[in-house]
Amino acid sequence: MSRRILEHPVLGNLQDNKYISFTFNNKNYEGLESESIAAALLANGIRTLRYHEESGSPRGIYCNIGHCFECRVTVNGTQGVRACLTPLQAGMVIESGGKLPTPVRDWSAENE
Amino acid sequence: MNDVIIVGAGPAGLSAGITCAKKGLGVLIIDEYMKPGGRLLGQLYEEPNGSWWNGIQESTSLYEHAVDLGIQFQLNTPVNNIEKLDQSWVIYTDKHTFNTDHLLLATGAAESPVPVPGWTLPGVMSVGAAQVMTNVHRVKPGERGVIIGVNVLSAAIAMELQLAGIDVACLTLPKLNKITKNAAQPKDVLESLLHVSHMAPSPLIRFGSKLMKNDFMKKMGVTFYPKEGVKMWDIPIQLRKAVINIYGDGEVEGITSATIDANGEVVSGSEENIACDFVCIAGGLYPLTELAAVAGCPFYLIDELGGYVPLHNERMETTLDGLYVAGNITGIEGAKVAIAQGVTAGLSIAENAGISGLDVDIQHSIQSIELTRDKAYIQFHPEVKKGKRILKEQWKEYERSVKKLVH
Repeated sequence: MSRRILEHPVLGNLQDNKYISFTFNNKNYEGLESESIAAALLANGIRTLRYHEESGSPRGIYCNIGHCFECRVTVNGTQGVRACLTPLQAGMVIESGGKLPTPVRDWSAENE
Repeated sequence: MNDVIIVGAGPAGLSAGITCAKKGLGVLIIDEYMKPGGRLLGQLYEEPNGSWWNGIQESTSLYEHAVDLGIQFQLNTPVNNIEKLDQSWVIYTDKHTFNTDHLLLATGAAESPVPVPGWTLPGVMSVGAAQVMTNVHRVKPGERGVIIGVNVLSAAIAMELQLAGIDVACLTLPKLNKITKNAAQPKDVLESLLHVSHMAPSPLIRFGSKLMKNDFMKKMGVTFYPKEGVKMWDIPIQLRKAVINIYGDGEVEGITSATIDANGEVVSGSEENIACDFVCIAGGLYPLTELAAVAGCPFYLIDELGGYVPLHNERMETTLDGLYVAGNITGIEGAKVAIAQGVTAGLSIAENAGISGLDVDIQHSIQSIELTRDKAYIQFHPEVKKGKRILKEQWKEYERSVKKLVH
């Protein structure tokens, strides 16, 4: 089932024929050039954009207009890029951030 | 060096830029979003005369007008800091640093979050996020959603989602806690809904709203409000139920709601699950003012305007030389008011930049803001005029104190 809204009673119909390729976490996807990375991923059914640095819990878009920073991903090697504000370009390599090590806490849990 | 720099390419920033450019000033507009239009982009509603207010069309025509007038744009460009150096404003962005004598902050509004257990699950988003996905990007936020938070914005967006073929299971309230406060009180919500009731096709809400102009009737209204809610645009609105949890394995699969009594307390044993693949949180809007804060503007907390607003006068001047504000940074209102405020800000800037003979135009533009406010179809806050009066008093107080210092 298409997640794109190609027909709309007031806003009119859309053509979606300018697809380009990109990768997200090493898998190939297609999206529309210059749409936001967040929109391209959601159109592909992807909601989880990263895993929380401390808890590892999955996170997706929240505000979708750049305020909350929940949607940050790594784009072509640059960390902390907001998926909701960044236009998709052909060949982009997009990756999720993941849980970071917490050695001090882990040590404390085992030894205190 | 640009004559004028505007932060924010929404309705206020665009109309201010157009006004300045028409007076011959060189204008640069900076916005971190990829498209001009700001929050106007997502807006879509039917006006009383039956025509549609299409935010995308309105944004496009403002933008094209601006480009025709030679206004420069830096989109995709977040502003990190502003400061005053040697009598001029310095604007720092990711890419470049800009200078100007006249800086307008038209940064708009942000949505207040409402924490609900499970709200970090992918698939939970602000109601504005769902609006932008649907109307601007034309991607469904999901197939079936629940909207938590019943207010003017969420009711309007629920209708927009439906228009795009997305199922809205219901509008409902968050469970009462220290943060949700009034947003979880059926009586307060009902009061706020009275201000969109004229848009509702449901005769019950339209008729009900007339009955409930006083406090006692509002309490009665909540008490006798059907547990399953009433419908607005065929969407159930549940005021006697609250979402107590959002659940799902890795992403949203549904919400748990429970009956709440007229004081907002959960009735135990009344829990039920509603399946959905996305949840919208609607906590209302507040003015986005960080840049005015780092610049050093004095602020006032005016609830009627949606939160803290930088002190400014009717000409949209702040207390800082060469710093102006327009649009939702001055209080939460509709796009038409923002456009009118942009005109006033643009004229004030032009006059301060040395263009004479604008006094009458400025006075007219200030009246025009008032008229637009009076005619507004959607009023985000019922007491916005009271908020503006408070601000005016504060400005007078400020002027008196400055005079004292000088003498």
